[in-house]
Amino acid sequence: MNLIFDPLAYPFFVRALAASAIVGLVCATVGSYMVLRGLAFMGDALSHSAFPGVVAAYLLKAPFYLGASIAAVGTALAIGWVTRQGKLRGDTAIGVLFAGMFALGVFLFSLIPNYVGDLFGFLFGEVLGIGMSDLVSLCILAAVVLVTVGLLWKELLYATFDPLGAAASGLPVGKLDYLLLALIALTIVISLQSVGIILVVAMLVTPAATAQLVSNSFGRLVAVAGAIGVVCPIIGLYISYWVNSASGATIVLVETAVFTAVLVVTSLVGRYRHAEAGARAAQAGSAR
Amino acid sequence: MTATPEMAAGPQTADGPMAVRLVDVDAGYGDRIALEDMDLEIPVGALVAIVGPNGGGKSTLLKLIAGLLRPWSGTVEVLGAPAGRESRRVAYVPQAELVDWSFPVNVWNVAMMGRYPRLGPLHQPGKRDHEAVEAALERVGLSDRAHSPIGALSGGQRRRAFLARALAAEADLYLLDEPVTGVDVPTQEAIMDLLGAEADRGKSVVATTHDLAAAARHFRSIVAVNRCIVASGSADLVTNAEVLARVYGGHLLMLGDRLGVLDDSHHHDDPSGSERHFHEGQRGGRS
Repeated sequence: MNLIFDPLAYPFFVRALAASAIVGLVCATVGSYMVLRGLAFMGDALSHSAFPGVVAAYLLKAPFYLGASIAAVGTALAIGWVTRQGKLRGDTAIGVLFAGMFALGVFLFSLIPNYVGDLFGFLFGEVLGIGMSDLVSLCILAAVVLVTVGLLWKELLYATFDPLGAAASGLPVGKLDYLLLALIALTIVISLQSVGIILVVAMLVTPAATAQLVSNSFGRLVAVAGAIGVVCPIIGLYISYWVNSASGATIVLVETAVFTAVLVVTSLVGRYRHAEAGARAAQAGSAR
Repeated sequence: MTATPEMAAGPQTADGPMAVRLVDVDAGYGDRIALEDMDLEIPVGALVAIVGPNGGGKSTLLKLIAGLLRPWSGTVEVLGAPAGRESRRVAYVPQAELVDWSFPVNVWNVAMMGRYPRLGPLHQPGKRDHEAVEAALERVGLSDRAHSPIGALSGGQRRRAFLARALAAEADLYLLDEPVTGVDVPTQEAIMDLLGAEADRGKSVVATTHDLAAAARHFRSIVAVNRCIVASGSADLVTNAEVLARVYGGHLLMLGDRLGVLDDSHHHDDPSGSERHFHEGQRGGRS
């Protein structure tokens, strides 16, 4: 019996492993900035707004990466622009635009006369069906996102931590905000095939949220999030292979389980330390 | 008429080079005006406190100088260029309440951020940057806390960490929003000693404060702002009752020969409440 190595005989499984590990790494990296900026809702909104792009690309027989990128990046920039007008709160702008875009996707989808199973894959993810050409496109887009973050990590960090101080000392904070939104949109596009529109937000936010529980420096946050982002999809894919479950949902469940475990352990450790400090203080008090 | 904080003992006069020059500036947010008819010159080497009631436009003035807010009309010149142009020579320290202290960065990371703008996107911090950060932490007395997360610091240490960031930036103009508000007196003195030393080196320091005692004690000149420039001059200006009355619009409390200003923190959000406070105080004083 060989639960680990048997699946590796299937090329589709190896492609799925590679795709979901890369997706996990990119999501965790970009997600680290998202959790620090409170952009989790934005991630959910942008993934839904990619849907009309996917359907339109299907109708026009264009590559789905192109349609999804245009729709998601366009919505990201539109949300940024509406928010900057200052008349509406950010979450209001997000709510209006994302629901409208998703409705457009459903509308286009309902116009297609015959059954389209492929498109359902984009809603819930179908990483086991990823082809070689999709994997190549995914790697290129992933490289674009990771290289951009690699070149601008300090500027993005400063603008996230203290936007006023960063802007006053000459960093183009407005442009960096738009850039981060565009990077989030591209990351979502990369992730659509693996986990699907509805669950992408978990890939983005959960590893970074888990890492935030155990990190007191930014480098450590990204490293821990990246490790979780790479390892969880691999475990999730094996589980989905063994028990024949939906791959995207299984990956997300593994990440959620890791988050829950870390949350419980850190809060127990925190309570124990509090109690210990309290006992020490009480002892010191009685000694005096 | 241009208001210039006089610097009786300072090395610069009003004829010397100016760090900041505002000419006929109106500014605000949305359609609400915050400052009007502002004319102001701050000479190079000044150590200036911007004082005034909450909502009177102190932070707005600082943001104009920092290039974070564009004036509706008029011109703002900073270090001899339009505001925002020489921003790499400007270090801005925000109000402590605006900082997310749970953010996963340590003291060293914060101080190093001061180097980022001059490094540029493609460069990683090098030896020179590490030295600058080390020197800055040494000067603010946080060398031994370099690897502490900012959330673990005391209030005074947090201010000093941000001051280290400003020092590491090797800026020519320091802009600080409420740097000594809510910190203990030894920390206030440590922070102001450092800023005074920077001013002596020819750097310019502009800070807001609503602590008038701190303004009189630690700064060399004062600009009093309440929607427009109400008064400016040397630091003992704030002990002048007439000037105070103009700045705070009568919200003054006489305590023997000492002057105080009623806590005005709610005075703009809730004028009726602050009014009531004032009259109670007055009645209490008479009885």
